Amino acid sequence: MSSIPLQPGALGTPNEQARENYLNIKHTVASWLLTKDHKRIAVLYGLSISIMFFLGGLAAAGIRVALVRPHDTFFSSEAYNKLFSAHGIIMVFFFLVPSIPATLGNFLLPIMIGARDLAFPRLNLLSWYIYIIGALITLGAIATGGIDTGWTFYVPYSSVYSNTDVVAVIVGVFFAGFASIFTGINFLVTVHKMRAPGMTWFRMPLFVWAMYATSIVMVLGTPVVAITLLLVVLERVFGVCIFNPACGGDPILFEHLFWFYSHPAVYIMILPSMGVISEVITCFSRKRVFGYEFVAFSSMAIALLGFFVWGHHMFVTGESMYGGMVFSIITFLIAVPSAIKVFNWSATMYKGNVWLSAPLLYAIGFIFLFTIGGLTGLYLASLAVDVHLNMTYFVVAHFHYVMVGGAIFGYMAGMHFWWPKITGRMYPEGWAKLACIIMFVGFNLTFFPQFILGFLGMPRRYHFYPPEYQMWNILSSAGASVLAVGFAIPFFYWMWSLKYGELAGPNPWGAKGLEWAIPSPPPSHNFDSVPIVTEEAYAYEEIYARELAGDYSDSQVDRPVSPLNTEQPDQKTLEDHSSTEESL
Amino acid sequence: MSSAQLEVAPQRLAHQFEDIDQQNECYIVGMWTFLVTEIMFFGALFLALTVYRSVYPNSFFEAHLALNKWLGLLNTFILLTSSFFVAMGVRAKMLGQNSATQFWLGLTILCAFGFLGVKYVEYSAEFREHHFPGPNFHFVATQPPGGDLSANSQVASGQPNISSRDFPAGYHPQQLELHKRQLFFSLYFVMTGLHGLHVIIGILVLGSIWFLIRYKHPSVDDYMTLELAGLYWHFVDIVWIFLYPLVYLIGRQ
Repeated sequence: MSSIPLQPGALGTPNEQARENYLNIKHTVASWLLTKDHKRIAVLYGLSISIMFFLGGLAAAGIRVALVRPHDTFFSSEAYNKLFSAHGIIMVFFFLVPSIPATLGNFLLPIMIGARDLAFPRLNLLSWYIYIIGALITLGAIATGGIDTGWTFYVPYSSVYSNTDVVAVIVGVFFAGFASIFTGINFLVTVHKMRAPGMTWFRMPLFVWAMYATSIVMVLGTPVVAITLLLVVLERVFGVCIFNPACGGDPILFEHLFWFYSHPAVYIMILPSMGVISEVITCFSRKRVFGYEFVAFSSMAIALLGFFVWGHHMFVTGESMYGGMVFSIITFLIAVPSAIKVFNWSATMYKGNVWLSAPLLYAIGFIFLFTIGGLTGLYLASLAVDVHLNMTYFVVAHFHYVMVGGAIFGYMAGMHFWWPKITGRMYPEGWAKLACIIMFVGFNLTFFPQFILGFLGMPRRYHFYPPEYQMWNILSSAGASVLAVGFAIPFFYWMWSLKYGELAGPNPWGAKGLEWAIPSPPPSHNFDSVPIVTEEAYAYEEIYARELAGDYSDSQVDRPVSPLNTEQPDQKTLEDHSSTEESL
Repeated sequence: MSSAQLEVAPQRLAHQFEDIDQQNECYIVGMWTFLVTEIMFFGALFLALTVYRSVYPNSFFEAHLALNKWLGLLNTFILLTSSFFVAMGVRAKMLGQNSATQFWLGLTILCAFGFLGVKYVEYSAEFREHHFPGPNFHFVATQPPGGDLSANSQVASGQPNISSRDFPAGYHPQQLELHKRQLFFSLYFVMTGLHGLHVIIGILVLGSIWFLIRYKHPSVDDYMTLELAGLYWHFVDIVWIFLYPLVYLIGRQ
């Protein structure tokens, strides 16, 4: 992909570990806390969001414990309200929104476009500090009494009636919002102005396109929710009157402003995952992505259309019928770019030399779960059906399929794919596959019953429910414990791999991309000389041809020989392959 | 801007950039992107104002008569003049004239304080008349200062249903009218207050640059820092350009 010569030596040698890289250049605490290196900031973010994910997961565990019995006595109803609020707030604002952009995006975006760092390294560090301040404020408020408004902070309950510490939590979320705005500004400027010579827009990896689209949403959407939440605080603290219906305000206006950010925010969560999946699937299919421009533009289409669908959260609030119809139509439209991506990923794998490694396994899990989550979204986008399903567990199941099944499976795929690059060590492949399968089974067991519960009419956010729903709830709680095991396994083998993992060479997967052309872990300055890009992304034809001929030397870790290679290289397959590429 | 670069002192190049042009372009694009987020931030407030104005046209008309449009006009002039001053300051800095830069920056900051002073006069009048929303809110619509009472009442009597159609029974109408005016003043205080906060931030930023230039700090050797601060200051100005007619003027007949 670039003119940088790959280091010879297939697998990493002990000497290579002694080479100076971003991890071992300095070891002091200050060198981490005051770093301006995008890679170290990515690691800081990674650790922070992992802690938040664990805490949010604990709250989820509490919810599932409470819902095992129809009339739960383990938690008080107040505690239950605080549990689901804490779960939503922590997971949405402090895990999902920063997850892939702030970790993998921070780490990879400058390297992928051939830059030495992001455009504003200090702003990047500031973003992490603001995130931490926001997280500490929010966690402090949750620990000292909690909040019971749900993550949506609907007025007038949040601004007038709730007796919990709404102000502190909102201030925390406000901080987290600014962290995400700063990340977005940084990425936008970096993509526009810092690309290496020859790195044209249509040579950028699709992960960069996804990050670019995500940044647009972050920059345009987040300020709106920031001011909206600020208004709630002002209403609560100073008694000014903006949303409170008791003095002429309109609570629906709050919902409009809130969802103007919070619906696009789900694309902040899913678009980066889609970028990861595009990278993983092309690499492990040894094929150029099917329809590069379509995948790139579908990211942009999702980002832009995502700003015109927020009204579908308010179909049953007395919204104008015509408004509802327009929002419904645009919501259906957004399924088109999403489907383009799914079809193009499938077409990329078709006739590829598929290597079923752990990252690809996660990616395939993503495609399954995202498809289910996306299609059930269309149920909710239909005006009539939504009247029945709104505010039920169907909605809960739907957005968990997108946010957990989509966003987290994408995150896991990316973390496994780039783990050798980030740490310089391989993770244990067998354990990774096992964790993926446990996660997939546990996830479906947890959330598929919730579709049924919702269809049967069980409302979300209620502590008690009629006994006839109990069987499905028990299934869901059982699934949650399986899911928890699935999430715990990677934690342990990743820790293990840091010390005992096989050394990864610069390019264990035989993947294309500037990040694989530099050593792992990368040196602090990323590139010794400015790379000059001469190829488009995903030029896998040569590797494909070599592997068809039985030469598997491109991948530096052992890869199982696929059935494709048990026979002689088939000239027709090769021709088919290249003609597919040309027709694109 | 780039034509004047030939004359400025050599800039420091941060390690992540290839050359000065790339660095400057990054700074400018970054600042504009930040201003986009600021526009979205204020945009939500303008949306709320527009929505409530269309729902309660009469109450908002009556309430906005209580604002002093002449003081608002004065503030508009002050801010526009300060934008001119800061532009002159950036020009002086590009030409390497540090003392002239300090002079123009000083004038800009003086204008900013002038703006806050006028705002203080306005706010204190409104606090005196209990126009600040809350339990003590009080509004006498019969004596709009300088307003045309007959035109006002004609509008009100011409469309008697507009102001009360959106409410369930049980509210006392007078109380209701009071509430809707309170809504106007809530938005007025939030919007002008947030704008005032931006003015204060502007004073802090421009003031620090003034001191940095005074003590010849290397971070202000080139004009870029001031250029970015100037962009921010123009943005603060532009917000007021929209705020003033939408809050003080619209609806006056």
